[in-house]
Amino acid sequence: MTAYILKRLAFVGPLLVVISFLAFVLLRLAPGGPFDKERVPASPEIEKALRARYHLDEPLGQQYLRYVGLWWEKTEPRGWRRVNGGLIVGDFGPSLKYRDHTVNDIIAQALPVSLSLGALAFCLALGLGIPLGFHTAVRKGHWDEYAGSLLALLVICIPALVVGPILVMVLALKWQWFPVALWGGPWHAVLPTLTLGLYFAGRIARLMREGMLGVLPSEFITAARAKGLSETTILLRHAFRLAVLPVVSYSGPLLADLLTGSFVVESLFQIPGIGVFLVNSALSRDYPMVVGLVVLYAVLLLVLNLIVDVAYGLLDPRVEYE
Amino acid sequence: MLVACRGPNPAADLVIINGAEPETLDPALMTGQADLRIGLAIFEGLTRFNPTNAAPTPGLAERWEVSPDGLTYTFHLRSNAVWSTGEPITADDVVYSWRRVLYPPTASEYAGLLFYVRNGEAFNTGALQNPTQVGVTALDVRTVRVELQNPTPFFLDLCGTPTLAVVPRQTIERHGDRWLCARPVPASGAYCLEAWRVNDRIRLRKNPRYWDAANTRSEIVDLLPCINANTALNLYTSGAADVVWDKNLVPGELLDVLLRRPDFHSYPVLGTYFLRFNVTRAPFHDPRVRAAFALAVDKRRIVDKITRGGEQIASAYTPPGVPGYEAPVGLSLDPGRARDLLAQAGFPGGRRFPACDYLCDTTSRLHEQIAIELQAMWERELGVRVTLRKMEWKTFLVAQRDLAYDLCRSSWIGDYNDPNTFLDMFMSHNGNNRTGWKCEPYDRLLREANAQLDPAHRLARLREAETLLVREEVPIMPLYFYAGLEYYDADRIHGIFANVRAEHPLRAIWKSPPAGRTLAQP
Amino acid sequence: MNDARTSRTAGAKEAGGPAASGADNAIPLSPSRRAWRAFARQRAAVASAVFLAFVVALIGLWPIARHPAISSYLPEAITWSPTALSEAQFTPPSPAHWLGTDVHGRDLLSRLVSGTGISFLVGIVGAGMSLLIGVLWGALAGYLGGRWDSVLMRIVDILYALPSIVFVMVLMAVAEAPLKAHLTRALSSAAGEWASLLLLFIGLGSVSWLTMARIVRGQVWSLRARGFVDASRALGAGHVWILRRHLLPNLAGVVIVYLALTLPSVMLYESFLSYLGLGIQPPQASLGYLIADGAGNINAIRTYWWLVVFPGGMLAVLLLALNFLGDGLRDAWDPRSIGQ
Repeated sequence: MTAYILKRLAFVGPLLVVISFLAFVLLRLAPGGPFDKERVPASPEIEKALRARYHLDEPLGQQYLRYVGLWWEKTEPRGWRRVNGGLIVGDFGPSLKYRDHTVNDIIAQALPVSLSLGALAFCLALGLGIPLGFHTAVRKGHWDEYAGSLLALLVICIPALVVGPILVMVLALKWQWFPVALWGGPWHAVLPTLTLGLYFAGRIARLMREGMLGVLPSEFITAARAKGLSETTILLRHAFRLAVLPVVSYSGPLLADLLTGSFVVESLFQIPGIGVFLVNSALSRDYPMVVGLVVLYAVLLLVLNLIVDVAYGLLDPRVEYE
Repeated sequence: MLVACRGPNPAADLVIINGAEPETLDPALMTGQADLRIGLAIFEGLTRFNPTNAAPTPGLAERWEVSPDGLTYTFHLRSNAVWSTGEPITADDVVYSWRRVLYPPTASEYAGLLFYVRNGEAFNTGALQNPTQVGVTALDVRTVRVELQNPTPFFLDLCGTPTLAVVPRQTIERHGDRWLCARPVPASGAYCLEAWRVNDRIRLRKNPRYWDAANTRSEIVDLLPCINANTALNLYTSGAADVVWDKNLVPGELLDVLLRRPDFHSYPVLGTYFLRFNVTRAPFHDPRVRAAFALAVDKRRIVDKITRGGEQIASAYTPPGVPGYEAPVGLSLDPGRARDLLAQAGFPGGRRFPACDYLCDTTSRLHEQIAIELQAMWERELGVRVTLRKMEWKTFLVAQRDLAYDLCRSSWIGDYNDPNTFLDMFMSHNGNNRTGWKCEPYDRLLREANAQLDPAHRLARLREAETLLVREEVPIMPLYFYAGLEYYDADRIHGIFANVRAEHPLRAIWKSPPAGRTLAQP
Repeated sequence: MNDARTSRTAGAKEAGGPAASGADNAIPLSPSRRAWRAFARQRAAVASAVFLAFVVALIGLWPIARHPAISSYLPEAITWSPTALSEAQFTPPSPAHWLGTDVHGRDLLSRLVSGTGISFLVGIVGAGMSLLIGVLWGALAGYLGGRWDSVLMRIVDILYALPSIVFVMVLMAVAEAPLKAHLTRALSSAAGEWASLLLLFIGLGSVSWLTMARIVRGQVWSLRARGFVDASRALGAGHVWILRRHLLPNLAGVVIVYLALTLPSVMLYESFLSYLGLGIQPPQASLGYLIADGAGNINAIRTYWWLVVFPGGMLAVLLLALNFLGDGLRDAWDPRSIGQ
């Protein structure tokens, strides 16, 4: 097991290099640059100076190495000096759109907000989804199973685009239980969490149900019943372990997505998180910001996938690692 | 019941939803209107704008003299002009700020505003290396002399813009690119930047050392970014925001209801929504075809059904409201004449008309809606089928720049209160032309106009040029003039006035307590 | 062990109906026939299948109602074109417009029908691509194991980390003009107008196969761990035979369930793209576009409820039907577990 974990961790470095390079190149394929505006500057020299200031006129490979921090410049009178910053010291570079801030500044301000909202939504999704899925599987064939399944399906079918404004209209404007938008105290977190988490609660409920339905007919469950164990023990101790596996494998990417923020929820509730930034910086061609966010997301994803795979192995004793 | 958002303590006196998150608060670099509003609050220039009519009034300069030929201005700075950190604001600061804008590595996108100063363009393009030859000099600690290339009647307007505002030299030299993250940032304007959380809020606190601090009405002002129109409306309705002043943050479908409310304000501003024709591509190289397209559009329907903000339809390109200028009459709705012109050009009834496309971008649903209406109008009146191409913003800009379109939607907001800001962009080699239209008579008329001292003669020349633009050659088709759309309760919010530049200096705005409470002394 | 479970649980299900048990004991049915019987017994699934068939037929037949020869015999409300503008802006549902109109006076019912058609296409292509590429990739990775598994799954990890919105944006911006020129030359100018839609399909499809690959690989991995693959190899079975007879049938259940989850997620992603302004070109509409448009209308002052309720309701009903259908198919074809 430890060997497996170490092997996977060893991959993280090279993977990040590949991911950062691909992200670096991919956005540059899109037409337009970060400084294209409706109003063209009065002389082409201004544009040239702007691009030169951010090294956008250099060859692509050189720009990438400079971004990583593995580029050396000549200094007066003799000798070479490594450029400031770079990815290897954790400096994601200046933001080309928000020119007074670096990408690190923005991530430092916005990530904690997205992390809290994402964690809350994740807890809601698991806290609602797992019991609902469990219940609908155990009570298969009864009316409350149909109701529960229908509820889970309905929640999956209605996008956050629609759920959010409806919640705001009813709970915040009409009944005035919660604030309409912004991020401040705990009351501000309720509506965004609901908007974000309900959809995933539905999906997790579906996965949990499938998992339970798959495990319940198993031989070892029948054997446990034959042995006379109580139904509760069987369900909770034996069946649940295996049934939760699809939920576990779904949770890895889910948590990574939630922690890096949701564009729809954050723009609807004007929450200063990181989710709006990925979309907006792609649309504004803010190259360092996009690459920085992609690297951040990739790190989260790789780590969470590793945790998921390890949990898989712990929960299902039949699985072995190579 | 908890409704209002509990922001950082203490609560602000005024909460304004400003529009998009500012890209930068560096006055030399800012271009967006949201940025410009905040920039003017923190940094001031030689003149500042009057809140009622946006006319330039003395700012850091208490008085000035203009030479008879209109080429030399001598500004005298106030003796009580100091930075918020205590140091006096000197003429050297002014000269440094202007040179910084022109300095090529700063890469200021609005450096063009200083091209009216002698040698400004040469220094910015690198033709001139020595900054001391640029026509701005500090004669002594409190006197600045400016030499212009041509008499520029709107030069005092320019002095009030953030690009020409005075910035703190020591802070910039010490912190470089991140000088706005340093705390404190010395402010030359009415407010200091107290806190800036990206995408959350910008908090401004009254600058007690501002020369006119006695008249700064609000102590703490919070500016919130917002990108969703319904969210802005909800924040305003629930009382979390006092003012919303970005016309993109008004839900279009509700405008007919909103216009009837007393707290919703709509007034004409200096901006035009227009279409560009690509005159380098057949068949739009023929002015008859362009005129036919322009004559077939029912602008009234678009303004009544789609934009619905009380905008005026545009027949000329320069919006009304420029003092002393009467714009010419352009092309109005005349489908019969449109069809005749199209037939004359060789496409009777729209037959054999080549495939053409109309570009619009995705920054607002409005552009798409207007595009759909235009497409239907051209099909119905001219029999021509135009394909719509909706493109994402940067891709759209590239297509526009590379002239890879037949028709595209455009808009222009005036930088200063003069027709020149609208007309000089269509000169043959101006980068903002982007239609491929090159007309020597037009260029000549504009050059002549800008060399004129007499305002009446100058405006007459400009009118001739605009007639060429919107009536005869028609490389563009103006659609409507923008209206500023703002929410605020005029009974409680004071100091916001409707003017064509939509300039609302923060220093003049204050909020009175709700009726029934005693009025605190301002 | 798996095969033993198969017969027992299949038998348990069959014994549910009294009439059926007699018939089953008398004539042994093939597994496929048994599966169809089981499917037919799932009422919800059958109803969903019928409903979906009805919707597809409606979408196909709708343009015929506008044909001048028969449109005069039909009620006006079903003969509107989805792109015809009118003066009747924002009218609520009425006899002339059964579902109301939008900002341009266009009839919502016809836009909904044509939009559903496009969304179906989007969903099917996306799900199809995820099926084709994802299942093959994941099965290969799980089956080959070792270094190949590592490489293939790391490629999936890399592609997963890249932001799909950038990819879609780049694809549409870069490939649109050449594809359009190519189609116009090869077929006709009308075909050229489909270029952007085609690119949307390709873009959406290419970002939706990744999860499927990962799920399938996990399944194959745990199936391999159960030893019957090695047992088959020991008995001399070829790779393709094992894939066909053992792995793919066992995968059918998981794949069907995930397909049923992929279709809605592709449709919702298309709705998100429409919300950002990327995606469908006007004046065409997709269900996602109608929903994004309608959702922007929800406010406390005056909501044009028909612009939200009908597209949203249509999407909800469609996805419910697809899910029930998926459930039914899975229950019928793979009455064994989809467990790990």
